[in-house]
Amino acid sequence: MTDLFPLLQAVADTAGAYGRFPVIGSRAAVWIAAEVHLMFAAFVLGVPMFAVITEAIGIFGKDDKYDRLAKEFTRLLVVAYSATAIWGAVLTFFLTTLYPRFWSHLARLFGLSMWIYVGLFFIESFTLYLYYYGWDRWQTGRAKYGHWTLGLLLNVWGTAVMFIANGWLTYMMSPPAGMTAETLPESVGLWNALANATWMPINIHRLIANAVFGGSIVAAYAAYRFLAAKSAEERAHYDWMGYVGNFVAISIFIVLPFAGYYLGREIYQYNQQLGITMMGGFMSWLWILQAFLIGILFLVSNYYLWIGMGRIPGAERFMPYTKWMLVILVLGVIVWATPHTMIANRRELEEMGGSHHPFLGVLGVMSAKNTAVNLMILTTFLSFLLYRRANKRPTAAWARAGTIVQGLSFGAATAVVLFFGVYGYFVSAIVRIGFSVYQVLAVLATIVVVVVLDILMLRGAQSRGAIRWGQMPERSQYALFLLAVTFTWLMGLMGFARSGIRQHWHVFEVIRDTSPDAVTPALGSAAIMISACVLIFLGLVSFIFWLSELGQKSSPGREVAELAAAAPPPPSGSGPSPAPLLGGD
Amino acid sequence: MSAPGTWASGIREALRHPFWQAVALLLGAYLLFEFGIALVPPLVGIKSAPIPASVLVQYMLTAVVGILLYVSDQEERWRRFKEPIRAALVDPNKRWIRAALLIVVPISAGFVTYRQVRPSVGAGAQLRSIHPAPPSTISFRGRTMTLAGLENLLRRSGDSAQHLATGRRVYYANCLPCHGDLLDGRGQYAHAFNPAPLSFADNGTIAQLTESYVFWRIAKGGRGLPREGTPWNSAMPAWEEFLTEDEIWSVIVFLYQHTGWKPRTWDEEGGGGAP
Repeated sequence: MTDLFPLLQAVADTAGAYGRFPVIGSRAAVWIAAEVHLMFAAFVLGVPMFAVITEAIGIFGKDDKYDRLAKEFTRLLVVAYSATAIWGAVLTFFLTTLYPRFWSHLARLFGLSMWIYVGLFFIESFTLYLYYYGWDRWQTGRAKYGHWTLGLLLNVWGTAVMFIANGWLTYMMSPPAGMTAETLPESVGLWNALANATWMPINIHRLIANAVFGGSIVAAYAAYRFLAAKSAEERAHYDWMGYVGNFVAISIFIVLPFAGYYLGREIYQYNQQLGITMMGGFMSWLWILQAFLIGILFLVSNYYLWIGMGRIPGAERFMPYTKWMLVILVLGVIVWATPHTMIANRRELEEMGGSHHPFLGVLGVMSAKNTAVNLMILTTFLSFLLYRRANKRPTAAWARAGTIVQGLSFGAATAVVLFFGVYGYFVSAIVRIGFSVYQVLAVLATIVVVVVLDILMLRGAQSRGAIRWGQMPERSQYALFLLAVTFTWLMGLMGFARSGIRQHWHVFEVIRDTSPDAVTPALGSAAIMISACVLIFLGLVSFIFWLSELGQKSSPGREVAELAAAAPPPPSGSGPSPAPLLGGD
Repeated sequence: MSAPGTWASGIREALRHPFWQAVALLLGAYLLFEFGIALVPPLVGIKSAPIPASVLVQYMLTAVVGILLYVSDQEERWRRFKEPIRAALVDPNKRWIRAALLIVVPISAGFVTYRQVRPSVGAGAQLRSIHPAPPSTISFRGRTMTLAGLENLLRRSGDSAQHLATGRRVYYANCLPCHGDLLDGRGQYAHAFNPAPLSFADNGTIAQLTESYVFWRIAKGGRGLPREGTPWNSAMPAWEEFLTEDEIWSVIVFLYQHTGWKPRTWDEEGGGGAP
C-alpha cells in the first residue's frame, strides 16, 4: 500500500509539471545554472570577508599596502557581482519554465523570503558600489572608518542573502517533520520551513567554504598577474598577493572538515537513509574522489610553501625536513583514499575473500581516515610555522624553552591522534565516533598553543634577511591555479553529494520527482557535469581577470601609482611586511 | 666499504642524484604495494591476498605525484633532476638512448593498451556499494516496521541462552552453505557466487551496522535491495518467506555473539556516524 501512493502521485503529477530543455535536458540545464550561480555567489561572498579583514590590517596596522591589496580584491568583485546576478536570473527562469509546479510549491511556501532576498540583494549591490567607488574618496580620518563599516555591512548583507537561499535548498533535503505530499505549503510556516534540520549546519559550512574559495580564486588571479608581469615590481606584488590569498584559503580550510562533520552528523540524525546513501551507499565512492581532491589540496599547498622557502633567507635550515613532511602527507593521502569496498574482478575478490582486503580493509574505515587527515593538518600547520619562522631569529630569553614546548605540543597531539586512531579498532562504532572529537580537539589545541607562543616569542625578533618577493619559479604559480581548480571541482562534487542524496525527490519524501530525469546519475556522468560547470565558471572568471587587467591598462598612470603605493618589494629588498600571522618579512 | 668503481659505489653515487632517487623510489613503491602489503596479514595470522589492480594504480599515481613534488620543491634539486632527461633528449652522443626510447615507449603503451582491451571471458572488475541505504519503513508479513530506532527486543526479554541456541540452529540450517562454518563467507557454495557471500568476521560488515539494518537485509534479501546502486546481483534469499520474526532476531543475536562484534547502537539522538 505504501508503494502505491508515490505511483499515484507520479501519474497525477506528470501533466504540466515539467518543461523540456533542448539537447541537454531540463535537469542538466538547471544543474549548470545552479552550480555556476553558486560558484560565483561563493566568490562574491568570500572575497569581501578578507577584503574587509585586509583593509582592517591596513587601517589598524597603519600599512597602506594592505589597503591597496584590499582594493584590488574588491575590484574583482564588481564584475563578478553582475555575473552572479545573471546566473541567478538564469536559474530562476529555468526553474519557473522547466519545473513550474515545483517552483509554484516553493513560491507558495517561501514567497515572503524571496521578496526579502531581492531587497537585501539590492542593498548589498549598492553597498558594494559605494565600498569600491568610494575607496579613494574616503581614504583618511573618520571617513576611512566609515568606509570600512561599509565593508562590514557588505558582509552582513551577503551573509543574510546566503542564509535565506540556504533555507530554500535545505528545505528540499530536510523538510519539517510530519510533512506529506498532501500538506499545503501555506500551512507549514515560513520560519518552520527555513529553520529546518540542516539549515544551520549548511550556513556554517558555506560561510567557511566561501572564504576558502574566495582566497583560492584571488590567489589564482595573483598567479595569472604574476605570470603576465612585465616588471620585477609587478612580480613582487603579485607574488605577495598570491601568498596572502593562499594563506587565507588554506588556514581557513583547515577548520572546514569539522563543519562538514557537523553537517554530516545532522543529516544522519535527520534521516538514516539520507546518511547511509551519502556515506555508505551508492555515493560512498564519491568520498574517495573527495579524499583525492583534498589530498591534492594538502600536497600542493605545502609544496607552494616549500618552494616559497627558496626565496626566504634562513629557510635553508628547514629544507631537510620537508621530505619527511612529504612522506607523512603522501602516506596520509594513501590511507585517506583507500576504499573500504574495492573495485576488484572475480579472481581478486576470491583471493581477498570479499570486497575488503585483509590488510587494507583496516585502512578503509573512519579510524584510519580520521587519523590520516588529522596528521595531514598538523603537518600543513608545521609547514606554515617553518615558513613563518624561516627568516626570523627570536630574541626573547625564553625562546628555546618556547620552541621545546611547541615541539612537545606537536608530539602530544600526534600521540593523541594515533592513540585514538588505533584504540578505535577495539571499541564499538558508537564509541569510536566520539574519538574523532578528541583527535580534532588535540589538533586544534596544538594549533592555538603553538600560534600564541610563536607570536609572543617572535616579538622583536631579528631578521635574517627580507623575503625576496617575486623570485618564485613559475611552477609555484601553476600550483596556485591547481589549488583554485581543485577547490572549484570539490565544491561541485560536494554540491552533487548534498543534492543527490535526495535521489528521486524534489523535496525529500514530500514531493516526488516524476520527470524523465528522476534518476541519480552515476559518478562518471556526474563528474562530466561537474567538470562542465567548473570549465564554464573558470572560463568566465578568466574573462573577469582579463577585464580587470584591461581596466588597469586603460589608466597606466594610475596602475603605476597603485603599484608604487603597494610598495612591491624589489627582488633583493625590503618588501611588504605581512601581518604577524601571515609570515615573515 | 666497496672500492671506488665497484657496482656498489656506483649505485650509491647514482642514488645521490635526484633522477635516480626518483627511479629508485618509484621502483620501491611498486614492490611495496604489489608484494610488500601482502606480507603483512600473515604476521598477525590472517590469510593474505595481493591488492587489487585498481588500488595498485591508485597508490602508484599517489606515489608518482609525491615523487614529482619531492624532486621539484627545491630549485637546485629540480635542475639536477631535469639534467639527464634533457641530456637524453638533446645531447648528440645520446642518439642511441633516443632511438631506444622511440621503440620502447610506443611498445609499452601498446602492450598496456592491449592488456586493457583484449577480450576476456572473465567478469570485469566491479564497484559495488555494500551498505545500501535502508528504507524508512518495511512491511514484514503484512506489518509495517519503522527501521529507525528499531531494536532487537530479544535482548531484553526471554532466556538469552535460548535465543542464542535458536539463532545457532537457524544459522546452521540455513546460512551455513554460503556464509560458512566460521562465519567468514567461505561456505561450500560461496565460490559459486559473485558477489561472494559476506564475511561476518570482517570488521566492515555487521560490526558497522545496527541490528535493525541486519534484520532488513535478512528479511528482504537480494530482491529487497533498493533500485539505487543496481545491479546488486545478490543471491541472498528473502528470509521473511521462511523464518519468523523471532527466528531472524535470534540469528542476529548468534551472529554478533559468535563473531564477538557489538552491533552499532542508536544513540540518544537517534543518529550515528559514517559506516
